[in-house]
Amino acid sequence: MSGNVGIVIVSHSADVARGTADMVRQMVGTEVPLAWCGGDPGGGLGTNVGAVVMAIQAAWSDRGVAILVDLGGAETNSEMAVEMLDPELRARVVVCNAPIVEGAVMAATEASGGSGLDAVRRAAEKLYPR
Amino acid sequence: MSSPKPPFACLAQAVCIAVERHADELTALDQAIGDADHGINMRRGFAAVAEKIDALGAMPFGAAVAEVGKILVMTVGGASGPLYGTFFMRLGAELGATPAPKRADLARAMRRALEAVQARGKAVRGQKTMLDVLEPLVDLLDGDAPRSASDIAVCAHQAAMATVPLRAEKGRASFLGDRSRDHLDPGARSTEIIAVALAATWEDQCKEQGAT
Repeated sequence: MSGNVGIVIVSHSADVARGTADMVRQMVGTEVPLAWCGGDPGGGLGTNVGAVVMAIQAAWSDRGVAILVDLGGAETNSEMAVEMLDPELRARVVVCNAPIVEGAVMAATEASGGSGLDAVRRAAEKLYPR
Repeated sequence: MSSPKPPFACLAQAVCIAVERHADELTALDQAIGDADHGINMRRGFAAVAEKIDALGAMPFGAAVAEVGKILVMTVGGASGPLYGTFFMRLGAELGATPAPKRADLARAMRRALEAVQARGKAVRGQKTMLDVLEPLVDLLDGDAPRSASDIAVCAHQAAMATVPLRAEKGRASFLGDRSRDHLDPGARSTEIIAVALAATWEDQCKEQGAT
């Protein structure tokens, strides 16, 4: 399979998501497919399942997509979005248990080196020792 | 007089009205221990349901219930979207094509839907969430003892109030630790509101149809 693992950033705030994506871009340029979304369907703070689905599609890579989220609702909505994907795509998307900004930067850096989805996820999750 | 609405539309409309009526209260509860958006989110979700009520009423019962879940998932915007959405999507799928579900069908389907919400939220009863009301309600409906709408209302209210002394272990409220105590959980309260509206409307319909 070609290409690098994609990164999706899901925040309650569009500003946070966009800013995080800016930091990732500065680190890894355009080597990594990247998409972000933030805000609820009414434009306020929150997350939007439909927007997460579109972001996953925008950052799609056959090698998989790692999603970085901020607070609980972003995680729940991202998991819901993953379940709405076609079954063959679903297995190639993970929601990382990591802080959103640091996790996104670490994951993207790992992805830019050509690592697989598991390694990308582990790179992000190293920041949250469990 | 307008022509009578089909049963599902009446149930859905009752819930939409109840959520709208209590939206500010839910937001105020969420302001105390969460992020002050539960009522706003629920209002948006059920307003989207209300817009589709005629189309929902024309669908088979189970499919209409599942469609309500999908609408909530796509429109609510907070964690309550996937949680309530999962509940109704699973409930609808379990009810399937049963044209007029009986109590036992409903209890069985609600048990499966409850389990789906537990899996979605990675939560169990006792953590100061909607499950603290949902699970007692499912237990109440399970079995043969007759249950009235007021039994359901009393059960839901007592279960919701029982979340007040609990320490939140899920969601934003869990960040507050012990400071989450002495507050009514907004999700428990919204589950109570929905259950009370559904039970009262269901009972009215049964009476109109001469059933018990």
